Amino acid sequence: MNLNLKKESLRKVNETLQSIDRKSNKKIFKVSNPDGNHAICAGLKDEIEVTIDGHTGYYCAGMNMNANIIVNGNVGTGVAENMMSGTVHVKGNASQSAGATAHGGTLIIDGDTSSRCGISMKGIDIIVKGSVGHMSAFMAQSGNLVICGDAGDALGDSIYEANIFIKGKVKSLGADCEEKKMNKKDQNILRSLLKKASINESEIKNFKMYGSARKLYNFNIDNVSEY
Amino acid sequence: MCGIVGIYLKNKKYNSQLGKFLTGMMNSMATRGPDSAGFAIYSSEKKKKYKYSVCSNTDQVKEISKKLSKQVKDIKVKSISDHLIIETAMKPKKFIEILKNYDELSLVGYGSCIEIFKQVGNPKDVVKNFSLEKFSGSHAIGHTRMATESAITTDGSHPYSTGEDECLVHNGSLSNHNNLRRSLQKKGIEIKSMNDTEVAAGYISNGLSDKKSLKETLLDGLKDLDGFYTFISGTKNGMAIVRDEIACKPAVVAETKDYVAIASEFQAMAHLPNVNSAKIFEPEPGKVYSWGK
Repeated sequence: MNLNLKKESLRKVNETLQSIDRKSNKKIFKVSNPDGNHAICAGLKDEIEVTIDGHTGYYCAGMNMNANIIVNGNVGTGVAENMMSGTVHVKGNASQSAGATAHGGTLIIDGDTSSRCGISMKGIDIIVKGSVGHMSAFMAQSGNLVICGDAGDALGDSIYEANIFIKGKVKSLGADCEEKKMNKKDQNILRSLLKKASINESEIKNFKMYGSARKLYNFNIDNVSEY
Repeated sequence: MCGIVGIYLKNKKYNSQLGKFLTGMMNSMATRGPDSAGFAIYSSEKKKKYKYSVCSNTDQVKEISKKLSKQVKDIKVKSISDHLIIETAMKPKKFIEILKNYDELSLVGYGSCIEIFKQVGNPKDVVKNFSLEKFSGSHAIGHTRMATESAITTDGSHPYSTGEDECLVHNGSLSNHNNLRRSLQKKGIEIKSMNDTEVAAGYISNGLSDKKSLKETLLDGLKDLDGFYTFISGTKNGMAIVRDEIACKPAVVAETKDYVAIASEFQAMAHLPNVNSAKIFEPEPGKVYSWGK
């Protein structure tokens, strides 16, 4: 089914995609002429496949549950923000705050993202084939951020229990973020994520892992005078 | 919030459509800044002539034109909505002094190729009032304002111009503008309003008058201007964009072989020719990008 944003309103298109007849066999949709509109495919909750042909604005595929969304273009701020499950695959670049606060699902970005990728992530897996901007994985709580390119300043600032895997250079680490030794379990996590994004598994050896030093979010009696 | 847009044409075949392109960009950004709007258009240079863009708060345009032509030889006055474009060979220093005697006129910009228009109201109405669609030129910069910093008046609207053929639009807010205003005023830069952006425009004018390039001046600004900003700055040779190091304020650039377009959001550029095959990127924080002759 083809939904043309030049002919139908954004609200109508989103309503169609949000109220799928579960008995119907219509599972594959295409959205054309997105023209940078905001909140395209926000709030989907069914196992459908939607391809967006072009560039989108803010909060594309926000709050996604179950749906598999492909964007043949770039996305604006907050792609897949607060996603619960499903997959979002961006073929171009993403703006800031990609996958922000998302609880689950997989976000794959073929290009680069700008700042704050995976900010406050709560369980999502994000795979960026290019580089990420500054303050990525800021206060990331859970989930995995895989970066095949480089990271900007203050990577993983105030990070909790999320993992960051990175192949390229880190411009600087944020507070309480440190390099970790990758064990078998971590390698298996990375392997399955690379597979999801069709990246050669042999690349694993080129990645480094970063996580929390756990000095900032645990109360430490030595720091009592700071309060 | 505020919306900022800019377009620089590399291919002259589009010059006659410049106003049309900018109209679409500003209409699309009306949601980001619904309370006032303004734009600067750069068209071909008129040698030995100056254009003075003036906001008038009177209906007596004919009387004023007559009075002016008695004081200034060889003057042409064009009236568009509440603005006058006054064309004369008289040099800025002299002419601006004369203008100061007219309480009903306030200068918004001047130069050999710039024309500036700004007004309170929804951007969609503002661009209509000034018939932006009909303008042609080589590059243009626009702004849709959601006021945070100073009053909703024409004086508080962008673009700001504090030097010949210069202009600046701003999304964000500066926190050290009062101090900077004082030090720039001491150096003789005229800053009329209490607005933060006008101070940044004055800062750029000061840099350019020190024979620095626009790029160098904006790089220096990263150290001296404290606050949040994405700036688009224009001169008669071209335009530049810079975002502060934190880069909270958005910007997207689309570049094709024919033009470079900048906007707060991609949707402002969706109507431009062949934009889907353009090179689209977000300017990196603390980096100056410039285009021009």
